[in-house]
Amino acid sequence: MTSAVAPVATTGEQSPVSAPRERTGRRAYRWGIGIGLIGLAIALPYLPIQIPIVFNGPINSPGPMHLLSLMCVMAAVAMTYDLLFGYTGLLSFGHGLYVALGMYTTTVLLAETDLGLGATLLVVLGVGLVAPLALGAVCLRVSGIAFAMVTLAFAQAGAIFVIRDPYDFTGGELGRAMTYEKLPSKLVGVFNAPYRYWLALGLLLLVVVVVRWALASRPGRVWQAIRDNEQRVAVLGLRPYSFKLLAFTLSSFLATLAGAVYALVVGGAHAEVTQATFTLGLLLMAVLGGTGRPYGALIGGMVYTYLVHRLGSLSSSVQELPAVIRAPLMEPLLLLGTLFVLLVLFLPGGLVSIVERPAPDLLRRLRAALRIRASGEGQ
Amino acid sequence: MSSFVLMTATGLGLAALYFLVASGLSLIFGLMGVLNFAHAAFLTLGGYTAWLVTDATGSLVLGIVAGVALAAGAGALTESALLRRMHGDHVPQVLLTVGLLLAFTALVRAVFGSDARPMPVPRWMTDVTSIAGAPIPNSRFVLIVAAVVVYAALALFLARTRYGLIVRAGVENRAMVTALGIDVRRAFTLVFAIGTGLAALAGSLVALVQDVVSPEQGMSLLIFAFIVVIIGGLGSFHGSALAALLVGLVQQYANFYALTGMGDLVVVLLLAGILLTRPQGLLGRRLA
Amino acid sequence: MILHVDKLNVFLGESHILHDVSFEVPQGGVTALLGRNGAGKTTTLRALMALAPATGQIRLAGQEISQELTHQIVRRGVGYVPENREVFAGLTVQENLRLAERPGGPHHYDRVFSLFPRLKERLRQRAGTMSGGEQQMLALARALLNDNQLLLIDEPSQGLAPHLVTELTEVLAQVADLVTVLLVEQNLAMVRRLARHAIVLDQGRVVWTGSAEELLSDQDTTRQLLGVGVAGRSGGGV
Repeated sequence: MTSAVAPVATTGEQSPVSAPRERTGRRAYRWGIGIGLIGLAIALPYLPIQIPIVFNGPINSPGPMHLLSLMCVMAAVAMTYDLLFGYTGLLSFGHGLYVALGMYTTTVLLAETDLGLGATLLVVLGVGLVAPLALGAVCLRVSGIAFAMVTLAFAQAGAIFVIRDPYDFTGGELGRAMTYEKLPSKLVGVFNAPYRYWLALGLLLLVVVVVRWALASRPGRVWQAIRDNEQRVAVLGLRPYSFKLLAFTLSSFLATLAGAVYALVVGGAHAEVTQATFTLGLLLMAVLGGTGRPYGALIGGMVYTYLVHRLGSLSSSVQELPAVIRAPLMEPLLLLGTLFVLLVLFLPGGLVSIVERPAPDLLRRLRAALRIRASGEGQ
Repeated sequence: MSSFVLMTATGLGLAALYFLVASGLSLIFGLMGVLNFAHAAFLTLGGYTAWLVTDATGSLVLGIVAGVALAAGAGALTESALLRRMHGDHVPQVLLTVGLLLAFTALVRAVFGSDARPMPVPRWMTDVTSIAGAPIPNSRFVLIVAAVVVYAALALFLARTRYGLIVRAGVENRAMVTALGIDVRRAFTLVFAIGTGLAALAGSLVALVQDVVSPEQGMSLLIFAFIVVIIGGLGSFHGSALAALLVGLVQQYANFYALTGMGDLVVVLLLAGILLTRPQGLLGRRLA
Repeated sequence: MILHVDKLNVFLGESHILHDVSFEVPQGGVTALLGRNGAGKTTTLRALMALAPATGQIRLAGQEISQELTHQIVRRGVGYVPENREVFAGLTVQENLRLAERPGGPHHYDRVFSLFPRLKERLRQRAGTMSGGEQQMLALARALLNDNQLLLIDEPSQGLAPHLVTELTEVLAQVADLVTVLLVEQNLAMVRRLARHAIVLDQGRVVWTGSAEELLSDQDTTRQLLGVGVAGRSGGGV
């Protein structure tokens, strides 16, 4: 075996015969696109563009702005999830716990204590660091399915605590509204939706930068090596446990931060994020977009969130739909779940893989893998 | 004393439910390596079918039987048409079952709405029988009897039949079973169908006990069933029975004697404890 | 030729384990598959059994089996005794044997019990509680219960005490009278006693084929290919 830690295939950069100047050119091209997109995203609140059907009103009106904010927040959370699942190979069913932690800590502290927004956020950051360190240290003692189950169990414990509300502050099933008086005025009110959008966008950009930077760093490459072959990493003298804990903590920390922003965007905390179905949704987002790909989870998160919200409101607005079509549209998960099943069956690389051209040896490996399936017991 | 008896009976009833769901899950995982989230969908399928058929025909027995048969058939179909395409690949299998669960639950919500619907429960089930002064609803006895019957039937199946032998061997070493010339895929389909049939039975019984059917019934029961499976040991049939008893009783006692809601937390702590000290579960053999 | 293998390649993950492995196994007697540790011998047997993903052509008694599943190959009359025995520890000896009964064919319990009388005594015992030697017998017995054209046996002497190895060798000699055997072994004394034909692998490639006697009588070639003298066990290197 030549290289022990093989970098994950990214678009373009795998082909062996591109000249250096070609590659620089391609990289400049991609940077250009990226900056252009970011610029466009920042400028959106100034653009009274109407996109019929896609958005209900001009883009910079409160409704679409709110939807875009949600898309940004969820895309960020999906990216943190993919860091764990797609890049480190850790399947967690409890990621929602940290989003909930961020949401509820923010909301409850603002409501119950004298702390201002800044101090509250500092506490949230602290919690987002300490909680995953503590829980991760316990959960990571096992791996694979057992790990997935412990994370589920802890998340379930959190969910139960929130719903039963033994100390009477979580608001139970109804959730808890934000204390608006304590927020900067720019973030409050329907017509300040663009500011909340910028906040969500800022979160997304921050998460993108941090995650990409982390993945390119040395620990990031070790995470991917752990995903591919944990035993080999151990044999090389590195302790997988510490690296996994690092990935878990970073991912959960960012998720907690996203939870705080989420609370600011939606105006409170709600119990939905504590449910297992929320984390399952994250899983869906990551797989939909394409796990282990640079922007797969981002795209998956955006598409998923958009569909979940838009399909519902679309079906209620169009009156003449027969019940047969109307009912499934009101339940976006029906379409999404089915899409997900089809994806897993036929397009395991997610949406992003439609665009990417797979590298030649990836094709060969795919073919070999398909032969394992054909022979039934490739173990 | 009478409250203790009542708690014990309720705990046993709960244990019965957990066992019905967990035994199938455990065998499916042990034999096929599939963590079947879709199990919750079959739970819900069982509940709703029982409700619809009982409403239409007036016969509860027919309703339950219909639910079990439908779920077993749907399970066999799901396994052979969908899951089989991903043999050996555990993560995609889990993803597939997750997708099926989400889609099916959404379908139920789309067709029947998210609200709970009342379940026609025969009078004698809500009547109570007094044992040691404790008023125990008859439905609890139904649960316990059902679980005992299923346990005995499955134990016999595993110990005495050829397919049972294949399943026991397959849980230990699937590849070697094929190396003896046995087509394990049939055993897979059979085990999956048994599992989903049992889930449907549990689903209809839950509906009877709670007096309603709702789309989320499956999910909440599933999470505890998973916990029972892990504590008992993935792939261990007897383990899931033992763990079901443990979890059901502990949950009830904790809820009653400590604080409502404590029971659930205690169970979670129990899971964490087992995973840290004995990851293969009480009676399990393989490490996950 | 009972077995014809052409350009067998096995990839596991990113590693290329077997490179264009081609060989033939003549009908009757024992053919030894030899090589150092890690040469790819076990992988070859597993590929033949479709237990490892492989490309290439495999013909059993003239029939193409490269695309078949494990159980289909076995039902053509192939018995497999893997490294580590892999008996079902939770099942009794009797259950292990019952499981091995192939539908339709005659089941030679008389043959099995005459070769391994100890198994008959332990029918109700759980296989997991038996000694290594007894488990080896059970693993062999499973393969001998049915009529087979070919037996694939992987390092049966591993971990066995010397007197058991002698016993095992005699049993295998009797077995070889009944069915063709492809034997992976590192115990060269055993190979010398049993094998007619030999194939040597090194780093996933075939490096020598021919008569076993010819190979083992040449000390230099033996040491070079297998890492140690004739009387001992081959191995050397990782």
